[in-house]
Amino acid sequence: MKKMSKSARIGKKTSNVFVHILLGVLAFIWILPILFIIMVSFKSDPGLQVRTLLPDVILQKVKLSHPDMFANVTRGFIPTLDNYKKLFTDTTNVFNFPQMFLNTLIISIFTCIISAFFVLSVSYVMSRMRFKMRKPFMNVALILGMFPGFMSMIAVYYILKSIGLTEGAMIRVALVMVYSGGSGLSFYIAKGFFDTIPKSIDEAAYIDGATRWQVFTRITIPLSKPIIVYTVLQSFMAPWLDFIFAKVICRANKDYFTVSVGLWNMLEKEYIYSWFNCFAAGAVCISIPIIILFMVMQKFYREGVAGAVKG
Amino acid sequence: MPKGKAGKKKNKEFYNPYSVTNAVKKGDIFTRLSMLIMGLGNFARGQIAKGLAFLILEAAYIFFMIKTGASCIADLIRLGGAEQQKYWNEAKQVYEYTQGDNSLLMLLFGVATLFITIIFILLWRASLKSAYKAQCMKENGKKPDTFVQDIKSLFDKNLHKTLLALPVTGVVVFTILPLVFMISMAFTNYSKLDSHLTIFNWVGLENFGKIFSFNSSIGKSFWSALGWTLIWAVFATFSNYILGMILAIVINRKNTRGKAFWRTIFMLSAAIPQFVSLLLMRTMFNREGIINTLLQRYFNLSEPMPFWDNAMLARIVIIVVNIWIGIPFTMLQVTGVLQNIPEDLYEAAKVDGAGPVKTFFKITLPYMLFVTGPYLITSFTGNINNFNVIYLLSGGGPVTDLSSTSGKTDLLVTWLYKLSVDQQYYNIAAVIGIMTFVVMAVVSLITYHRTGSYKNEEGFQ
Repeated sequence: MKKMSKSARIGKKTSNVFVHILLGVLAFIWILPILFIIMVSFKSDPGLQVRTLLPDVILQKVKLSHPDMFANVTRGFIPTLDNYKKLFTDTTNVFNFPQMFLNTLIISIFTCIISAFFVLSVSYVMSRMRFKMRKPFMNVALILGMFPGFMSMIAVYYILKSIGLTEGAMIRVALVMVYSGGSGLSFYIAKGFFDTIPKSIDEAAYIDGATRWQVFTRITIPLSKPIIVYTVLQSFMAPWLDFIFAKVICRANKDYFTVSVGLWNMLEKEYIYSWFNCFAAGAVCISIPIIILFMVMQKFYREGVAGAVKG
Repeated sequence: MPKGKAGKKKNKEFYNPYSVTNAVKKGDIFTRLSMLIMGLGNFARGQIAKGLAFLILEAAYIFFMIKTGASCIADLIRLGGAEQQKYWNEAKQVYEYTQGDNSLLMLLFGVATLFITIIFILLWRASLKSAYKAQCMKENGKKPDTFVQDIKSLFDKNLHKTLLALPVTGVVVFTILPLVFMISMAFTNYSKLDSHLTIFNWVGLENFGKIFSFNSSIGKSFWSALGWTLIWAVFATFSNYILGMILAIVINRKNTRGKAFWRTIFMLSAAIPQFVSLLLMRTMFNREGIINTLLQRYFNLSEPMPFWDNAMLARIVIIVVNIWIGIPFTMLQVTGVLQNIPEDLYEAAKVDGAGPVKTFFKITLPYMLFVTGPYLITSFTGNINNFNVIYLLSGGGPVTDLSSTSGKTDLLVTWLYKLSVDQQYYNIAAVIGIMTFVVMAVVSLITYHRTGSYKNEEGFQ
């Protein structure tokens, strides 16, 4: 490498610079909408129109020195916290954001407990137990995955209605059931993890007289921290991200809206003008915790895929 | 019984001598009577609790069938029913309404009754097997399992039954039952057409005929939606895959500085809830959105660009936005695999004088296709079902043909959603759902087969 000619080194250097400039441009494109939504959440005038994102102080200075620039813009960007204030205090109006937040939080806590239990049970059974219905079950899971998820949505709605879960506070119960009910089918990742735990550990325990239940709860579960965290986080996030099921089951019951249905409604034609800035504020408030959870989840996912016990 | 034999051969690993056939053939009087009175065999061998459980369940099922179940099944076969009617009540001197039937509930309860019956049949088989098992154990001089032993085995040898009970119930109630219910709708005339919204009948394969004909408006919508679904899936999958991989490669290069920083930035946009970023994108591409404002200011466009009103533009914008959404995900998936490509492959290529482009197509891409093949297939099928991107961006629009029920960017799934939730053509929606399944199944089968043969041709290991 040391003997590389001068021109080759220069070529390498320019391509290096080029790559970094390219990455910078791409990163800018990817980060731009995020910056944009943060700016909008601090914007003062209503509506979709965004005249300028230049802060007012800078704009006025530019105007002083170059009067012909920004001729059609009189006022710059003056950040305000009013949108956040409106979002959290204007609860009498059409959108009661604190209530939506609470609804979603309750739903997601119950969902993640139930689905984590379902997913871990099914994955453990599929990984460790051998019985007649094992292969058929896995094939059925594969086939069911090929139907569009919400094809059954209407049917689920009527089933829930016939047992009286679509009115009033029961809507929350209905949503918990919808999010966690079928979760037993998404066992593939956790099963793959359990497969990496050496069977010799289990066998040693059986020799010592442990039952399978004891092996599951005292050995497998404690060894599976990354995949448990991953499963819990994923099911916790589902109610915050989903909006189709929530929309069909809540319908027009504003008191039981989840965050995503509420935010979606803010962009409907009749509300978009006065609520666009609040939408942005709400989106920022939701996104920050979700981003943190997502990053944590990715970390545990990588650990989980890397396997349980080394060697 | 040839069927029993075939079954035996297939499941040799789990061969169970206590089968239903054996119970019928070799069972004694108590075992055989268990066919009629469940649990009798268990009583006879002293398994009181177990026998009682079987007996109670049988009684409950019979009671249910007499009370409601039988009429539910009859309704399911018949469907239709009487409409709500007005009649003159002489005594009260007012018009009153008879209670009309609701075919939808008939269908739902009928399907549910069928499920309960299937569960009962499984239970019946279990009781027969357990009666025969108890008989055999007694004959061999062993003591049949006590109730406590049975409970204990549920936490040891039969742990799978305990652990699977609730999840499987959940799957049956919230996935399989609704699916069967919806599939059966495909064979009825349940739609707002001719006002069949409360009373509807079985119509056989009529709806499938409507979908496949090129002349009806629904048929035309179907073929155009199917075409666009496939085009979209191909573009969305491969653009994300290739570009995401290139991005990952560029970040992974030996001389790139701040790898973690770049990765975090791109991950940030993947971490935002999708409905937030998609709704934001939709408003950005609106007529008054920021993109049009900028275009008008700096390119002196007189008219705003009709991003969502022109079919071609809408399709392009959707694919471009999807690239923005999807690349970070691919990057996350691919990075780990890229780091595992054996270094000597690249060294060899360098010695042979291959440039970066050639190296990419001859080494990186084949290796990645080999390892991430399954991921590619799941993302392809995921894109066929990609409801969020289409619904939140364009809502399926623009609708150019007013008589049509679908817009120009509607995928089969978003069309299905509109047909059922907004337009109340439930039967057509059900047919679309089935067709989506068929498309998915065909694609998965073909591609899995392809990756399999690929693996045999050149294993990278």
